[in-house]
Amino acid sequence: MRLAITNLEVSFGERRVVDLAELAVGEAEIVGLAGESGSGKSMTTLAVLGLAHTVGARVSGSIRLDGAELTELSQRELREVRGRRIAAIFQSPALTFSPVYRVGSIVHRALRLHGMTRAEAAAAAERAMRQVLLPPGLLDRYPSQLSGGQLQRVAIALALALHAEVLLADEPTSALDVTVQAEVLELLRELRDRERMSVLFISHDLAVVAELCDRVAIMQHGSIVEQGPTGQVISAPASPYAAELLASVPRLAAGAGQ
Amino acid sequence: MIEAPSTLPTAGASLPRGQALRRGLAANPLLLAGGLLSALIVVIALLAPLLAPFPGDAGSATHPFLVLRAPSAQHWFGTDNVGRDVYSRVLYGARISPLIAVIVLAISCAVGIPLGVAAGYFGGWLDEAIMRVTDIFLAFPPLLLALALAAVLPASITTVIIVIALTWWPWYTRLIRGQAASVAGRPYIDSCRALGISRWRIIFRHLLPNSITPLIVQVSLDVGGVILTVSALSFLGLGAQDPTPDWGLMVAEGQDYFLTSWWLVTFPGIAILVTAFAFTLLGDGLRDLMDPKRIFLR
Amino acid sequence: MTPPERSGRAGPPGPEGGGRAVTPEPEGTAPAVTPRPEDGTRAVAPEPDSTAPAVSPSPEGATAGAAPEPDGAARAVTVTPADAAGAAPPLLEVTDLTVRFGPVRAVDGVSLRLAAGPFGLGLVGESGSGKSTIGRAVVRLVAAAGGQIRFEGKDVAALRGRALKDYRRAAQIVFQDPDNSLDPRMRVGASVTEPLIAHRIVARRRAAGRARELLAEVGLDPELAARFPHQLSGGQRQRVAVARALTVQPRLLVLDEPTSAIDVKAQARILALIGDLRSRRNLAYLLITHNLGIVSELCEQTAVLYLGRVVETGPTGEVLSVPAHPYTQALRSAVPEIDMAARRTRLVLPGEPPDAASPPPGCVFHPRCPLAIERCATEVPALREVRPGRQAACHRAEEVLAGVKTGVRRSPG
Repeated sequence: MRLAITNLEVSFGERRVVDLAELAVGEAEIVGLAGESGSGKSMTTLAVLGLAHTVGARVSGSIRLDGAELTELSQRELREVRGRRIAAIFQSPALTFSPVYRVGSIVHRALRLHGMTRAEAAAAAERAMRQVLLPPGLLDRYPSQLSGGQLQRVAIALALALHAEVLLADEPTSALDVTVQAEVLELLRELRDRERMSVLFISHDLAVVAELCDRVAIMQHGSIVEQGPTGQVISAPASPYAAELLASVPRLAAGAGQ
Repeated sequence: MIEAPSTLPTAGASLPRGQALRRGLAANPLLLAGGLLSALIVVIALLAPLLAPFPGDAGSATHPFLVLRAPSAQHWFGTDNVGRDVYSRVLYGARISPLIAVIVLAISCAVGIPLGVAAGYFGGWLDEAIMRVTDIFLAFPPLLLALALAAVLPASITTVIIVIALTWWPWYTRLIRGQAASVAGRPYIDSCRALGISRWRIIFRHLLPNSITPLIVQVSLDVGGVILTVSALSFLGLGAQDPTPDWGLMVAEGQDYFLTSWWLVTFPGIAILVTAFAFTLLGDGLRDLMDPKRIFLR
Repeated sequence: MTPPERSGRAGPPGPEGGGRAVTPEPEGTAPAVTPRPEDGTRAVAPEPDSTAPAVSPSPEGATAGAAPEPDGAARAVTVTPADAAGAAPPLLEVTDLTVRFGPVRAVDGVSLRLAAGPFGLGLVGESGSGKSTIGRAVVRLVAAAGGQIRFEGKDVAALRGRALKDYRRAAQIVFQDPDNSLDPRMRVGASVTEPLIAHRIVARRRAAGRARELLAEVGLDPELAARFPHQLSGGQRQRVAVARALTVQPRLLVLDEPTSAIDVKAQARILALIGDLRSRRNLAYLLITHNLGIVSELCEQTAVLYLGRVVETGPTGEVLSVPAHPYTQALRSAVPEIDMAARRTRLVLPGEPPDAASPPPGCVFHPRCPLAIERCATEVPALREVRPGRQAACHRAEEVLAGVKTGVRRSPG
């Protein structure tokens, strides 16, 4: 397993918000982490990125990337891992990019920070933009001039350009229109198939998780209550919480009339 | 948006007011220090007649045989060029500058808040008109305006109040207008309009309470600023006149004797410093207290 | 370029968001409201409109109350062609509505009809479709630049004074953002008693009791009245907002994205609440959403919007299962399905929604439409009847109805 999380605990003082026994993402696989708000999904993302301390949380447990233990790395070493080996995209694309910089300059800076020369960075950025079906010219724009869907794709392009092995996607489509969401999801599938990326997809939208993910883990109050292949969990949930959650999802009528 | 979960129990009942207040103060040393110091100054101002050993010296008394005495057991801060006890005058001075500051700020709020609310809530041409007038007044530097007015008006405390208020109210208009505009766009205001709740009720019950917090903080921070400005104007001779024990005036009057009788300038100067500092500290503390992420008073 | 409505949620409000109307609202002067006797004494009895299958709303107000529909009406509704045709004058009729924000036409010639309760009309669309703006225009939070909105036959824009106040009690709105729907400085109970007191619906000393009743009606523990909004969950705040809207006993409720900002389980509860209110209060509602899943449960009729125009209307079940417009097809197929059996081929639309300030010529959808032909770039398709009870604005609507899809990009699963 490329990314293996074991016995992860994240706490704020006395309060434990995440208590994960086991979660893993393999190569060329999309694993979904589903749950309601407050279930601890986002804190898990922060912990994997080694950024939990920035909000005042303590982390214990094991996070292994290709066997290497991330929790033992210094912040300097982690900075090299972040972006290059583990990329992340978040819910609000407008907040991912600083509004005072052109989108391209942020991408370039990230690429150069991870060791590319100016020429290499330019070429990689352009190539990645085409991969996400965006004209490279959009890199010259400011975030306010791009739509949410476009910004999200630029964020994915950045992950592509860095050839990240793992992509943490924290509610990347929640703020997007459904047709734009469909495109971004399609893109994530291509990342899995063509780049053999491991994607950890975090969302409260069970229908999206059901469609996109190969395996799914359902979180409640910081722990995983159920985990398994998507088809199995969706059609035959073992835990009552999962069953309840799945029953709450509104379904479109299957046929004509109701 | 990844944010740390609040460490306060959000789903619980609200704390009783007393307990919440004590918690707020305990967590906020700035507020405590600033509050105590400011309160001390107010107390001194109120009790000056009782605290001052020579109350008459704050007025027109002169003592030709006690001129320019250094600080001693009898005159803690020494005496000035006409023999008045500096200590008593400094104590009485506490009544003047802070009082002027309060009046100035009250006028500024009385003008600034309604204009700001009107501009923020109604928008459109009213907003434009009010803001352009505000911009014009913002362009006046207080000291130059004072000098200009000094040619027309007699130098006095009233003049100082007018001058400072004229240059102060635009800041509050701007501040309130920004807040009001932001609040006016929120769904709960729309919900009031959709429910047919009257415009005035919306403004007084919803808009004002939700816009006023930054102003409260700003006002307390400004007390120190106004006191400094008052002192500067008095120093220039445009404000209080002799024998009023205004601190700025005292500094001005003591200039000529500074090299030999340092106490004439130093003690009033320290008084200005401490007072401005106390209220600024109070303002900082209030700002931290009102920070929505630490809602102790709910 | 105006950012799409939804992705701007964390940023400044776009033209459809919480912006103020540019001109001050011409509200009535402060009225001296005499309490209307029937409102003061009426408990939570439903409106006298009957709920017979052939929708024929009774003349305004005073006919004898019919018994409320048994629980059957709370389920998803079966629609007969007679209902859809709307035999009698509708409760709400929107004709050719246009709303402009500066140079942008957020709503461009929209016509809709809403029958009297119990009835649900779904307004479905994505960012920039104008659906929220229509909702706001109906409750007069936004001024119309053209067209008409008639409520029970009366022109809404022309209402003044007392008539306007009455309208504000008849038509209410619940917003999508539960975080900002309530005044954060007022206790929740006070937010509910406020309209009761302002409109003198009940005597002041009874307002608190009435507020507690309403909180219970929306499924909340009345003890929550003492709490502040930030002490409640998003779903609970949403319900308080509903309770607040119900204080004035509206006949028409506009629900602007009621499920967008809340959790899945809270969503299910809100939908159940709407269904419940529908049958108990004979409510007519305009359900504005991008989520096709909820319209199928709660709305007899649905209109699909794109860039400020109606592209399709009809009975909900039919529109969703056999769309008459390529956009509806794409929208339908883009919705993620949890039931594996219900999944269909994905039609992925290329490009982005166009800039509302400079819409494409001809059919505004043609640059992204898989079925576009030459005619689409030059001639604006009119909204026309393509089947009994169904309208679509597409030159090739008949082909779409027959199931023609081109440019399909297949996705696994």
